[in-house]
Amino acid sequence: MKKYTKTHEWVEPDGTRATVGITDHAQGELRDIVFIELPKKGAGVSQGAACAVVESVKAAFDIYAPLSGKVIEINPKIEEDPSLVNQDPEGAGWFFKIEIADAAELDGLLDEVTYYKLLRGEAQ
Amino acid sequence: MSEPLIFELSREGKRGYTFPECDVPESPLASLIGTRHLRREPAALPELAEIDVIRHFTRISRLNFCVDTHFYPLGSCTMKYNPKVNEKIAALVGFSQLHPLQPPQTVQGMLRLLFELEHLLCEITGMDAFTLQPAAGAHGELVGMMIARAYFARAGEPGRNIVLIPDSGHGTNPSSAALYGFEVQGLASDASGRVDVKQLGAALTPRVAALMLTNPNTLGLFEKDISSIAGLLHDNGSLFYCDGANLNALVGLAKPGDMGIDILHTNMHKTFSTPHGGGGPGAGPVGVKKKLAPFLPVPRVRRDDARGTYFFDGVGAGDSVGRVHAFYGNAGVLLKAYAYIRALGAEGLRQVALDAVLNANYLKELVSACFDIPYNSGPCMHEFVLSAARQKEHGVSALDIAKALIDRGFHPPTVYFPLIVKEALMIEPTETETKETLDTFARVLCEIAQAAEHSPGTLTNVTPHTTPVSRLDEVSAARKPVLTWCAESGREEKDSASGRQRR
Repeated sequence: MKKYTKTHEWVEPDGTRATVGITDHAQGELRDIVFIELPKKGAGVSQGAACAVVESVKAAFDIYAPLSGKVIEINPKIEEDPSLVNQDPEGAGWFFKIEIADAAELDGLLDEVTYYKLLRGEAQ
Repeated sequence: MSEPLIFELSREGKRGYTFPECDVPESPLASLIGTRHLRREPAALPELAEIDVIRHFTRISRLNFCVDTHFYPLGSCTMKYNPKVNEKIAALVGFSQLHPLQPPQTVQGMLRLLFELEHLLCEITGMDAFTLQPAAGAHGELVGMMIARAYFARAGEPGRNIVLIPDSGHGTNPSSAALYGFEVQGLASDASGRVDVKQLGAALTPRVAALMLTNPNTLGLFEKDISSIAGLLHDNGSLFYCDGANLNALVGLAKPGDMGIDILHTNMHKTFSTPHGGGGPGAGPVGVKKKLAPFLPVPRVRRDDARGTYFFDGVGAGDSVGRVHAFYGNAGVLLKAYAYIRALGAEGLRQVALDAVLNANYLKELVSACFDIPYNSGPCMHEFVLSAARQKEHGVSALDIAKALIDRGFHPPTVYFPLIVKEALMIEPTETETKETLDTFARVLCEIAQAAEHSPGTLTNVTPHTTPVSRLDEVSAARKPVLTWCAESGREEKDSASGRQRR
């Protein structure tokens, strides 16, 4: 089941692995994404630390790792066509997959209901 | 745009001038320069008559949107009017015809001026020593980071590798720190839009080299806790860097040096009225406290007190970070700043800050009914940040409003910065605008806000209407940049994306 961060990343665990991306809300705030810098395959990422950069027509933003682990796969399609993240942020526009280092870190993340509550709070 | 490129105006064989036959013996170029440095084929220069060139550039110059033609409230850039007397002084042949390789004894006037400017900046900012070399604010930041790194290396603490930067700082701050190899750690602002002192205290570890603080920050707020911030940093053995690009709000009123700042950069092209833009040149002098002076770039201008002469000093000197600019920086720019400072004097500079702050607050008050103003718990300093969140509900973004202002004869404010304000419009009127200009601008801004509510279709994605080119496609420009003009296929070339160059 998908989990979310306060900084608008999502992570979907699948056994010992997990897929990471940014939320629909995040892509809407960023507007048209023009460039994405992904971590290298094999690189380590740690929870809460910057691991990727997204550049839109507005500015450049850091993306923070929702979980610690090792990057095992990146999504080459979004590097070629960053608009994929605007079109399908929580599907085809995923960023990278990791081997989870510490599954207990998942407990500190938000579930879908809490995340959307947080968004509504932000909108007020 | 109707004006063609000068290359498109070119016709083979056209010339501005023809020269008479050479009446002295010619030497072959290859024997003078060497074949290695010679072109194999002639450069593809445009061929035109002089009148075509003059008309082309005059037509282009009339498309300019600049401080001399329009109000330019571009936040955090301090686009004040640049008094023409500065230009007049900088154009005096005694200055403009100097060559940087002239012997020092033949440029005593210029050296004296640079020496005095350094001391005037010390007096204005409360710092102990300055380098005038950096060519821009961001260059000054980089030099500041070089000085910090050199200082900690000398102090036997090379492990200090973290630079803390609040989210209300200038965007160049994290870039400069990262460029020089520091690890950047962000600090979220507190509810008032200032540094959260508790959070800062928690972030201070033995690895923190410095805090880079923009004061007043990009929300136009003075960092009230600056003394406690300085205390925390110094207790931790860290340096306090201040981005002084917003000095226009403080000049003559308060000295960053008195606030515990260790390194400060200033922008001659902001506070001291030298021209912006045109790709430069600018000048971003960096001031430091005494303990950091040995690390300043060389050469420095010094005075031989016994003889009353000036000389360059310190090339190859011990702890200096070295040269950061050819010769002694952009001397012509420094000259204009010197003229400005001397013309206004201490009282005049103080009035600059007072009027800049007054103008910003007056304007903020006039538009406060039409726009949301987050972080607005009291008076601002030299600039303030509106949010177009209310207009966005009708589909009109900060960008639409910025472009609509162009149609109405105003340069847009900075948009989408600082990032902590949604649909941000950062407005800095500066002290040089009249009440009439401010009144007109406020009225126009409120008219646009009303249009956003009642007829958003006239604004959303369609403005500006009156410019030579209408709304630019920023997304395609960024995703598929065409960086070279292709002669054979002209300006419609669209497929040369991803940096592929064609000749």
